[in-house]
Amino acid sequence: MAFVNVKLRDLGTPPSSSSKMVTLEIDGIKVSVPEGTSVLRAASIAGIRIPKLCATDTLKPFGSCRLCIVEIEGKKGYPASCTTFVEEGMKVRTHSERLEKLRRGIMELYISDHPLDCLTCPANGNCELQDMAGFVGLREVRYGFEGKNHLNLPKDDSNPYFTFDTSKCIVCYRCVRACDEIQNTIALTVEGRGFNSLVKPGPSGKFITSECVSCGACVVACPTSALMEKSVIEQGMPDRSVRTTCAFCGVGCSFNAEIKGEKVVRMIPNKEGAANHGHSCVKGRFAWVYVYSKDRVTKPMIRKSINDSWKEVSWEEAINYVASEFRRIQEKYGKYAIGAITSSRCTNEEVYILQKLVRAVFKNNNVDTCARVCHSPTGYGLKAAFGTSAGTNNFDSVLKADVIMVVGANPTEGHPVFGSLLKKRLREGAKLIVIDPRKIELVKIPHIKADYHLQLKPGTNVALLNAMAYTIVSEGLENIEFIEQRCDLEVYKKWREFILRPENSPEIVEEITGVPAELIRGAARLYATGGRSAIYYGLGVTEHTQGTTAVLALANLAMLTGNVGKEGTGVNPLRGQNNVQGSCDMGSFPHELSGYRHVSDPQVRKLFEEAWGVSINPEPGLRIPNMWMLALEGKFKGIYIQGEDVVQSDPDVNRVIQALKSMECVVVHDLFMNETAKYAHVFLPGCSFLEKDGTFTNAERRIQLVKQVIPPICGKQEWEVIMEIAKAMGYPMYYRHASEIMDEIAKLTPTFSGVNYEKLEKLGSIQWPCNEEAPEGTPIMHKDKFVRGKGMFHITAYVPSPERTSQRYPLLLTTGRRLFQYNVGTQTRRTPNIIWYEEDVLEIHPHDAEERGIKDGDYVKLESRKGWIILKAKISDKVAPGVVYTTFHFPEIRTNVVTTEYSDWATNCPEYKVTAVQVTRIYQKPESIGKYVEKEKELASAEV
Amino acid sequence: MKGKYRIFIPRDFSSSSLGADEVSVAIEKEARKRGINIELVRNGSRGMYWLEPLVEVETQQGRVGYRNVSTKDVSSLYNAEFFKGNGNHSLYVGFVEEVDYIKRQTRLTFERVGIIDPVSIDDYIKHNGFLALKKALEMRPEDIINEIKISGLRGRGGAGFPTGIKWETVFKTPSEVKYVVCNADEGDSGTFSDRMIMECDPYLLIEGMIIAGLAVGAQEGYIYLRSEYSLAKEVLQKAINIAYERGYLGKDIMGSGKRFDLEFYVGAGAYVCGEETALLESLEGKRGIVRPRPPVPAVSGLWGRPTVVNNVVTLATVPWIIREGGEKYANYGTDKSRGTLPVQLSGNIKRGGLVEVPFGITLRELIYEFGGGTYSGRPIKAVQIGGPLGAYLPEDMLDIPLDYEALQRVGGIVGHGGIVVFDDTVDLWYMMRFAMEFCARESCGKCTPCRIGSQRGVEVIDKLKNNRGDEKLLVLLEDLMDVMMNTSLCGLGGMAPYPVLSILRHFSDELGLKKEINYF
Repeated sequence: MAFVNVKLRDLGTPPSSSSKMVTLEIDGIKVSVPEGTSVLRAASIAGIRIPKLCATDTLKPFGSCRLCIVEIEGKKGYPASCTTFVEEGMKVRTHSERLEKLRRGIMELYISDHPLDCLTCPANGNCELQDMAGFVGLREVRYGFEGKNHLNLPKDDSNPYFTFDTSKCIVCYRCVRACDEIQNTIALTVEGRGFNSLVKPGPSGKFITSECVSCGACVVACPTSALMEKSVIEQGMPDRSVRTTCAFCGVGCSFNAEIKGEKVVRMIPNKEGAANHGHSCVKGRFAWVYVYSKDRVTKPMIRKSINDSWKEVSWEEAINYVASEFRRIQEKYGKYAIGAITSSRCTNEEVYILQKLVRAVFKNNNVDTCARVCHSPTGYGLKAAFGTSAGTNNFDSVLKADVIMVVGANPTEGHPVFGSLLKKRLREGAKLIVIDPRKIELVKIPHIKADYHLQLKPGTNVALLNAMAYTIVSEGLENIEFIEQRCDLEVYKKWREFILRPENSPEIVEEITGVPAELIRGAARLYATGGRSAIYYGLGVTEHTQGTTAVLALANLAMLTGNVGKEGTGVNPLRGQNNVQGSCDMGSFPHELSGYRHVSDPQVRKLFEEAWGVSINPEPGLRIPNMWMLALEGKFKGIYIQGEDVVQSDPDVNRVIQALKSMECVVVHDLFMNETAKYAHVFLPGCSFLEKDGTFTNAERRIQLVKQVIPPICGKQEWEVIMEIAKAMGYPMYYRHASEIMDEIAKLTPTFSGVNYEKLEKLGSIQWPCNEEAPEGTPIMHKDKFVRGKGMFHITAYVPSPERTSQRYPLLLTTGRRLFQYNVGTQTRRTPNIIWYEEDVLEIHPHDAEERGIKDGDYVKLESRKGWIILKAKISDKVAPGVVYTTFHFPEIRTNVVTTEYSDWATNCPEYKVTAVQVTRIYQKPESIGKYVEKEKELASAEV
Repeated sequence: MKGKYRIFIPRDFSSSSLGADEVSVAIEKEARKRGINIELVRNGSRGMYWLEPLVEVETQQGRVGYRNVSTKDVSSLYNAEFFKGNGNHSLYVGFVEEVDYIKRQTRLTFERVGIIDPVSIDDYIKHNGFLALKKALEMRPEDIINEIKISGLRGRGGAGFPTGIKWETVFKTPSEVKYVVCNADEGDSGTFSDRMIMECDPYLLIEGMIIAGLAVGAQEGYIYLRSEYSLAKEVLQKAINIAYERGYLGKDIMGSGKRFDLEFYVGAGAYVCGEETALLESLEGKRGIVRPRPPVPAVSGLWGRPTVVNNVVTLATVPWIIREGGEKYANYGTDKSRGTLPVQLSGNIKRGGLVEVPFGITLRELIYEFGGGTYSGRPIKAVQIGGPLGAYLPEDMLDIPLDYEALQRVGGIVGHGGIVVFDDTVDLWYMMRFAMEFCARESCGKCTPCRIGSQRGVEVIDKLKNNRGDEKLLVLLEDLMDVMMNTSLCGLGGMAPYPVLSILRHFSDELGLKKEINYF
């Protein structure tokens, strides 16, 4: 085969989980496999090849192509080996003259309705139909080609990333099954009967107008070129592949980047990926093409003032400039006048080395991370309750859950690959509770319906969760045995008194949340008594003034019902970014060194001081909001921003802009000239995940390798740049490869002590803690006891957000994400994904729209106490009356102009999810009033 | 006020299409006109379709009949005082049960068909209805299953699988939920016995399903009904509603505290949904395509639960067996083909209709003695048995007994018991082509041999017809039939070659083919 490694070995049918082994004989070879294994798989394991087309080991056996027929002693006829299970002592023959004749007969039928343009076909050399024709020895098609056929059917190239060529389709159903069994969207079907059976994406017959979410599973599954990536059609087959990890969301899908020369041709999800098992979403599978965007900045640039134009300079000049500016500022304004923000999009190694730069070279602790604005309450809350700042279970654990509670998360859009797994489990019959102000997809779609949707008012999570706990305790549904054995009893008793207070009763809470008491009670009973209950939550929990309280309230519920420490349970954050977990682990917070150890702890400091050869400041540094505050006071003058667009993503944007404008050296290290770079003095071009080495840690604490697939377009990997800045500032570092940074992390961080690249390469991934006790990592935490010892209940009194509706601002705005765009859209906006979602829109309930004379598609002004923006309205009953919803994927909309400065009491995580607003219809053309205003003064002066 | 004279006019689909509805209106109208007090009962057909519309009149000695009545005859019938059962009319056939065609039958499953008012539960009860259910409610499931096993009952849908063994598998497969599904997707050409049961004796099917549920531990049943059977739907729906009202269905069957719920589901016109796994897919609301086996539905059927899938006639035979005992049923028939089979005679035949007879009767007896030979009066050329996938047999093979194994030995099938007769004007090339064309149209499209093979079959047969001397084409056709028979996923693709190969084997001279084909 010409193209090695491009397709992974396919054993034909999925593995059996049985522990009972069965021994059979295939072609005289003895094979032992688990009971429930197909004969086809057993043969593949024994190295015996049986021809097959409809079978693939990611899908349930289907038995349609009939090529895998075998002879079995004592059995009549020719059973298909994919749908025949092994039996003890079975004797199987896979090749005989008779079998070959029948197989050739089947192949002959296939080819009688297939174009013979193999040499110019995009799948040439990588086509299973072609392989099988060769394997069975087809030499002639006696039917000729004048019979009825599908050779002239039109191609559907409506999807920007792949084409569907019906003439090449062999109707093996692999695409249909992949959409059903893996993606669980069921966008595809076969229409018609008999010879007229055709694969069809919905009634329109076009992928783009179907329910297809473009996850690409069907394209992976297709054995021919019926479904084919356009990149392969244009560029030909790749010739090698490198295993790496996706850099979009926190699921952490493993991919094989397939390359030709120095160019990535396509990304194929890796079947061995422990987080994704060969699945992907539209972003990871296709929207990586931003890597080749013409907008990429490839050379360092500097300017004295943000009013000057940029000047391209050499790396050396840029690095020396940064070093000298930072030193100058420290000399002039003091050593605390500079700091850095690490990025959850970057590797562990890059984050680690940047916080090291701050602590060892800047000599302060002014480092914070963008996780501040998303999941900082998770780290704080789960550490306080359980002892570890991380989710408790792995993703696969959801397949054992009986009750799934999704709180403030929208997994099918935000974490699509996990969303598919969740849907799979729900379709198997698990019960579902959704707590969200919005009717997310999971609330009701074909085959899935939430048993409870608690559609609460934004900002009232804590009250609702307390009322659930009240119900459980007052009805005696708590798991007393678990509480007594695993939790701090004294604290529990106090908590019990608190939770039974009348203000936590569902009846009182109904008034706060708007959720009927009976629904709250029902959901609480289900969570407590429905078997194994798992919590999955997102930013709808954390991005509130009571974000940390809500995380603690979730932890209370899990401990109260004993739903921690085993498969199918747990409290699991769905992390927004690929490496939020990692960036937090790596010591990005101003008060913590790697592994969440406080800088004030002299023993911890000593460890690092010895390794780094410097003294470390014992005082915690500045959090991001404090950096802005001090900047506005003229005390904070220089900042290094690693891969983050604070001007778009941080709340109360106008204030952030003023803060940046008051600084003397703003360094932005990024792929693109983002919004923040407009206020920067130095722009350092960054590397995409395809251009560097390192590791990402996903939402289930899984560390996975990121590998350099193509050379850095800008010439330097980020860790090299930071190393050179450190050197230029007088502190040389000596890493030769990212792996050496990980070796240092492992040496200095107990939970990482067993981690190294060699092991990661061997195991594919490792879930921390990984140390002597758990040399291969820890899928489920707190199994026999909590990391902190006894589980800790916390009093979680509900305190309403200071942001409230009023006569002037009667609606509540909440924000979220969409499947086809990622976060602030810096990457996905530069891909064909815009075909699906080209601008942020405001979802508004028909009732509220009617009252304001707003029609679907009208431009509206969205105004808060902080500012106003203009965007299109979309009338939708996904939101309740009184609530509006939008995203912040597009910089021109600048959603965060309206969000407030309110933040979580414990971690300063901003309250993105609650803003009181008014919405009014705009009659002028939006252009004339500044939808695309470049002159930010117009917006900035709107109101501050 | 009850009528003085009881008159019966069938209202099953076939009789209606022969004018029974119009006749019934005319008879009522005429009665009013003449001031004669009659009670008109719309019964089911006796299955003597060549006599329909057959108007019956109750007399003290039994029911007498008037054959092929049309609206034109109504006046003369009244003139002859037919309502008194008078014999002085040219359409008079005498006592219906003395008609040879009926008299020679062994009606067990069809014991009530044509006699009772189909929707009257009281009529059903009066004719021994629900006695079997009452008995079954007091039996252990194992004993019900054992009785069925003793009876030797085999699936009447076509596959002929022993019903008792199927039930036992469902009974022994542990599951909280189990189902009984009735396959009422009767789609074979020349078959109508299921339809007759549903239209003419619906409570019988209901009773059979409840007993099946009791035997295997299922509390829910579904009838998967062919979409074309609109009258069956109407009658069944009424019967199910009444059975619920009267406590035969629902939470408390006949006060026993046991539950059985029954619903029906109308298919969407796909022949393949008569295949049990495609039927289950369709019943689950999906596209009706065949599932691979194993697992068999008895282990993992509807919604993945153990499921009895039985044909209408199979389930309708159960009450008789339970009431009278398995042994009594097993006394009828031959070695492995026990009991009776409701045979359906159609095609070019003088006396088409339903004939319930014990296995073992020869095809010749059925076709000549019951059927009376061809309708056209010409010699019989071929007989197709067992639906569109059954073999064509030549006249000289008609001495074969009706028996699962005997037919199998000559490449034939009992199927659902349909026999279609052709005289010597039949175009065998057309029939051969039709077998493939039917398969190409009705294939679920899942497996390759059936999906593409059947279409190629049509094309190769066409080519061969125009090039009869081309041996290569004949070899290609044989190879194709070989692939379809041996590698298709289900019986549709696997058996579609039967008619083709049987024609090639038995009629190669007529086809003008020189080569001998030796398949069976």
